[in-house]
Amino acid sequence: MTTTTAPGRPATGTESTSPPSPGRRKPMKSPYPTWFFIPAGVFYVVLFLVPTVASFYFSLTRWTLFSVEFIGFDNFVRFFQEPQLVQGFINTFIYAFLTSGAKVVLGLLLGVFLSSQIIGRGFLRATIFFPVLVSTIGVGILFKVLMDPFGGPINESLAAIGIQGPGWLTDPSLALISVALVDIWKGVGLATLIYIAGMVAIPQEYFEASKVDGASAWSTFRHITLPLLRPATVTVVLLSLIGGLRSFDLIWSMTGGGPGFTSDVLASVIYKQYQAGFFGLSTAGNVVLFVVVAAIIFPLSWWLNRKGDES
Amino acid sequence: MVPRTPRRSIVALGAGGIALSLALAGCSAGGDSGSSDGTVSLTWLVDNGEATVVTAQALVDAFEADNPDISIEVQTRPQGADGDNLVKTRLATGEMDDLFSYNSGSLFQALSPDDTMVNLDDQGWVDKLDENFVKTVSTDNGVYGVPLGQSMAGAVLYNKDIYEQLGLEIPTTWDEFIANSEAIKQAGTAAPIVQTYGDTWTSQLFVLGDFNNVLAEDPNWADDYTNNKAKYVDQPAFAGFEHLQEAFEKGLFNEDFASATYNDGVSMVATGAGAQYPMLTFAASQLMTSNPDAADVVGTFPLPGPDADTNGLTVWMPGGVYIPKSTEGDKLEAAKKFLDFVATPASCDIQSESTAPQGPFVVEGCDLPEDVPAMISDMQPYFDEGKTNLALEFLSPIKGPALEQITVAVGSGITSAADGAAQYDEDVKKQAQQLGIEGW
Repeated sequence: MTTTTAPGRPATGTESTSPPSPGRRKPMKSPYPTWFFIPAGVFYVVLFLVPTVASFYFSLTRWTLFSVEFIGFDNFVRFFQEPQLVQGFINTFIYAFLTSGAKVVLGLLLGVFLSSQIIGRGFLRATIFFPVLVSTIGVGILFKVLMDPFGGPINESLAAIGIQGPGWLTDPSLALISVALVDIWKGVGLATLIYIAGMVAIPQEYFEASKVDGASAWSTFRHITLPLLRPATVTVVLLSLIGGLRSFDLIWSMTGGGPGFTSDVLASVIYKQYQAGFFGLSTAGNVVLFVVVAAIIFPLSWWLNRKGDES
Repeated sequence: MVPRTPRRSIVALGAGGIALSLALAGCSAGGDSGSSDGTVSLTWLVDNGEATVVTAQALVDAFEADNPDISIEVQTRPQGADGDNLVKTRLATGEMDDLFSYNSGSLFQALSPDDTMVNLDDQGWVDKLDENFVKTVSTDNGVYGVPLGQSMAGAVLYNKDIYEQLGLEIPTTWDEFIANSEAIKQAGTAAPIVQTYGDTWTSQLFVLGDFNNVLAEDPNWADDYTNNKAKYVDQPAFAGFEHLQEAFEKGLFNEDFASATYNDGVSMVATGAGAQYPMLTFAASQLMTSNPDAADVVGTFPLPGPDADTNGLTVWMPGGVYIPKSTEGDKLEAAKKFLDFVATPASCDIQSESTAPQGPFVVEGCDLPEDVPAMISDMQPYFDEGKTNLALEFLSPIKGPALEQITVAVGSGITSAADGAAQYDEDVKKQAQQLGIEGW
């Protein structure tokens, strides 16, 4: 997936915003002999190609690890009859778009802020990035404790100023949002980093020119910073959307998809099927997840990058 | 899935445990040197519950003292569904330890015992075991396990002091149970019914513990269920879901039911913060760890149904110790010798010394010590009068895996009882198809 975003990566410079079109590549004689590729090829086939093909096969079977029975598309039919699946689909999209959108907005603001001349810039940049480095599971467990409705520090603090805190993770209508907030807190550092890199890549001449022309801070931001940060935005949107669509670890460690099925996402539905020993069914689920992610990301990536070309 | 030892609230930790134990398994597979100096060394995989590990180690120590030429190393695995996966994976790949502990009943059946385990029906101890237990570790082709631990009941744990203060009688019908709960609510000092959805598995008791009442109304229910004829959306089985919904709607649960954990629940009944807690009696070991002074305060009564005459306990069988097919030669002999030892009264005594018993033993000649907690001694009359029935998972191989989420949803008022029961029927269907049972 990262290869689709690579062309938009701001670090490579503003010139490279357009993806290299296949037509431009001339068939080139490789400088290496064929046998040179065999080790990498073997690894690729054994570790990636075989499992991928196998997973498509196993998604068509009833598989107990001990025995395999071919059942055609029954798994897919059954998967879509899962009572929690519709809810899971909706939740996945809510989660992905919420976290992705918030990371873009917050990341942009923080990126602009942290690339301006302020005191302690290096320290502030490090602080905002720290949560990215911490293990997701650790963050999940920590926030589960913090968000405990009875005796959790968050609600205790709210109670101190006279507010009755909600059941962050136990209220069915709030659980998913709470997890998404933590995801945003944890992931915004990476978005900020990408935006900072994008800011640095903007030539100072533009800003100087706009200053000479008497542009206000807002119009500088609106007409110079924002358009030139487009590649960074594309990267942040794609990365966080992919991350959001397949997010699992944070949700699992904080709510386990609960209460009931109210914060289940596609990945947690699939995981629970693995746990239950429905290996064929959950493999089918992963194929569905793959198709859904691909169906969203490829057109989106194409659209975002094409717009980049036009501007 | 209730009969397994309590699932940790932080399932993710278990996942970490899987990765770790897989890594460890990788190491031990390489360094398996066997018997160079005439001793046989075995490994025994048990779940990582504190009580389980203590008991297992105590048994191993006693066994090694009598058999200096055999040494056994206790290995641990995560509990709950992560542990199930690990056991299945190791059995399927032939990497299983020489001995392993696992649930009996439907979870045992899901391991395809005929293909993966050593048949032990020729062993002397088979005749000394409770008939009901033997059924839960057998297939049509053989007997595969020795019981470890005691049988237990899925029942209501209650605080005797509260019952005494309010002058309440032990309820024998559901209506009496609700009336008692309302009276406790009126008194206002304790939560009438404790629920602990911080550990989702605890939510299943209203449904699973009601099974004695289901069988009382329809003795063939379990077979009909296995044969795709009886469903949870219909009475008598629907009552469990209905009761859960009713208790929620009447506001009888503790305030923090959505986030409280199993440990919290046991403490609440022990301290009187909660009055009644539908739970398995293996809670005795948790009680003796967290609130040992309340040993005589917490009692047990069956989950009541519609009829006072058939009021009785729903009973769970202990898990078993099994030998996988991958254990061969000297190791197999040594492993059989160990199982021989586990099925003796001496072993039962060690078990009740190392952890608090949770109910009667299922091995002939094994008696409970005199000083068991009231929670356990309260069960004895029902056993003596034969007012017990096995839980469904010992009478049918099918147990839907999503029950705990469904009962949390019903108990939290997210889903209605009717929808929950229908969802569970679908879940059961999935499991039956996965097991390849005829007629689904």
